[in-house]
Amino acid sequence: MSKGLLGIEDLTRVEIEAILQRAKDFQPLQNQSNKRLDLLRGRMLVNLFFEASTRTRTSFEIAAKRLGADAVSITASGSSVAKGESLVDTLNTLAAMKPDAIVMRHAASGAPHFLARYLPTPIVNAGDGTHEHPTQALLDALTILDHHSTLEGLRVAIIGDIVHSRVARSNMYLFSKFGAEVVLCGPAPLLPPAMVQLAPGMTLTHNMTEAIRGADVIMMLRVQLERQNESPFPASEYYPFYGLRLEHLKLAKPSVLVMHPGPINRGREIASDVADSRQSVILNQVENGIAVRMAVLERIMN
Amino acid sequence: MSSLWIRNGRVIDPANGRDEVADVLVVEGKVTAIGTGIEHSGAPQFDATGLVVTPGLIDMHVHLREPGFEHSETIKTGSMAAAAGGFTSIVCMPNTSPVNDSATVTRYIIERARQTAVVNVFPIGAITKGSAGEELASIGSMKQAGIVAISDDGRPVMNARVMRRAMELAKAFDVPVIDHCEDLHLSAGGDMHEGLCSVRLGLRGIPAASEDVMVARDILLAELTGAQFHVAHISSRHSISMVRHAKMLGLPVTSEVCPHHFTLADEDIQPYDSNYKMKPPLRGREHVAAAVEGILSGAIDAIATDHAPHPGSEKMQEFERCPFGILGLETAVGLSLGTFVHTGKVSLNKIIETMTVAPARILKLDRGTLSAGAPGDVTVLDPNKEWTYDVNRSHSKSRNSPYHGHKFKGAAVATIVGGNIVFDAR
Repeated sequence: MSKGLLGIEDLTRVEIEAILQRAKDFQPLQNQSNKRLDLLRGRMLVNLFFEASTRTRTSFEIAAKRLGADAVSITASGSSVAKGESLVDTLNTLAAMKPDAIVMRHAASGAPHFLARYLPTPIVNAGDGTHEHPTQALLDALTILDHHSTLEGLRVAIIGDIVHSRVARSNMYLFSKFGAEVVLCGPAPLLPPAMVQLAPGMTLTHNMTEAIRGADVIMMLRVQLERQNESPFPASEYYPFYGLRLEHLKLAKPSVLVMHPGPINRGREIASDVADSRQSVILNQVENGIAVRMAVLERIMN
Repeated sequence: MSSLWIRNGRVIDPANGRDEVADVLVVEGKVTAIGTGIEHSGAPQFDATGLVVTPGLIDMHVHLREPGFEHSETIKTGSMAAAAGGFTSIVCMPNTSPVNDSATVTRYIIERARQTAVVNVFPIGAITKGSAGEELASIGSMKQAGIVAISDDGRPVMNARVMRRAMELAKAFDVPVIDHCEDLHLSAGGDMHEGLCSVRLGLRGIPAASEDVMVARDILLAELTGAQFHVAHISSRHSISMVRHAKMLGLPVTSEVCPHHFTLADEDIQPYDSNYKMKPPLRGREHVAAAVEGILSGAIDAIATDHAPHPGSEKMQEFERCPFGILGLETAVGLSLGTFVHTGKVSLNKIIETMTVAPARILKLDRGTLSAGAPGDVTVLDPNKEWTYDVNRSHSKSRNSPYHGHKFKGAAVATIVGGNIVFDAR
């Protein structure tokens, strides 16, 4: 990881372990009154978001500030992008201001990979289209490791709109590298069979009961209506067949963790009482996002 | 109209079954004699010893971008790239601005080519007005003005009824119908071949079936109407076997393949590099193998480049925003010889056939052979010349090629149009 962080696929297990280990060091900081470290004092981070985001952008910004770095956040609608500037020109302009890293979210898969070929500044991928969202997978792993000593051998069900999910892809690569058993589940038009070939250890089912039985972790995904140029699945059938309800949890391990990358749509992919249940670690995921992003930024900007 | 005495080359003229060391004499722009013992003191001499002398190569599928997109390519620059690639004739698709859907635009292209092009340019007219797929274009008057085929290339004719009517007219006017076979509903939003690679990159897929269903439809319509139907840039294995089957049934169906479809697969795509983005997309290995096999079996008649220049400003973008298409004219000979001839899969004669007499027959051009009386269009090849493609030195105005830095064996060393040497790399 000499330059930025573009995806989990390119990382080794050892590199991931190092980030997670460092993130664990940062976790206790959350409960201290002085949350600020000076590890990146004088460094500058630019957050460039071409897509709407609340939690990820805020999380990166807080992570940078807790490390003592300066952070500037830019959203595309308020920038020269709205004036027709190309992506390369926008990034070159920002790079000329010499930030130490650029965090970028973009609706096009591969946008940060394309830019990384031309820019000297390290780029952290905060989600590219339907491709990868590496820091989400890292914070998901950290959250599971708060409850389990290892990811190896865990049974993880990832349920929902898999084909459009960058969270699913990054998590699949990560879990696979650590020897977890992953079941992908969703409506057939949103779960092409080729998905299981992305990494070793994947299986596929269209039956939610089958996916959840014996699961240690249930990871729900949002239906990404904004990425679908059609209605691949009848909306009225989504919740009955792929919405997570309390009765499902009885099929899983008693210790099951319910996760969701957010934003959650209560009553669409997850029942309200499940989202608020004691098995739900959805808010822990958000909290761990800061520690993980601190570890990533420290690694890249130091 | 010039004269040239091309001496002592290995003359390969598939149309006449000729393969021998001989001289080719062009006088006043026409081939007048082929053989040994020719004497002609008046003509300049071209020593082709150790080289291969073939009929001028014909590329039946290029985009010259003029009129309307002169920042990408012009008839002049496209023709220079053609000459550098060994092509003496190029056939240009109508998706210019305005679209070549009327005799006026056809005449403009022919006139601009006469003024500026260094090789022969033959226009293809649109099937429908504006290539919008709805109302038929003025096919008869375009034919009178000089088009050699009709096509809405870049887009299919989605409405089967419109395609049926177009084929009926095309048969009556004796022009072939070339279809860009793509079901737009199946391919909607797609950026690359649908498969493991598209899933991995998070890019939307274009299934091979989007090509296959249209090839199937058009073959059935060709049977219904009796029209001559040609599949542009065939890329899918089922499409290739359907064409083969149609030929076995005796239907007037032909097809062409682009060099990138028999050399590159989807897994060769450099992640998010738009120089690998075109339509049809680079498909899976099994489709690449089928394209190679299609040349062997005769299901594929011609090699054509689909030369599609786009300027850097359009290709230097997020993959999904970039336009489709890559350059092809300067790399076609090297790729074809490398894939088929140097591997021993196909004879040099057969490959020359796919680039000369085969496209000439489909389009009914009086070219593609070295018969006495034919136009003096000649390509001189060095099948063993080793070279590296530097796209920054391309004659095209654009730079969008996945073959930059690629090492080739085999190249055109001279391109002769009507007895004039228009490209000379000796």
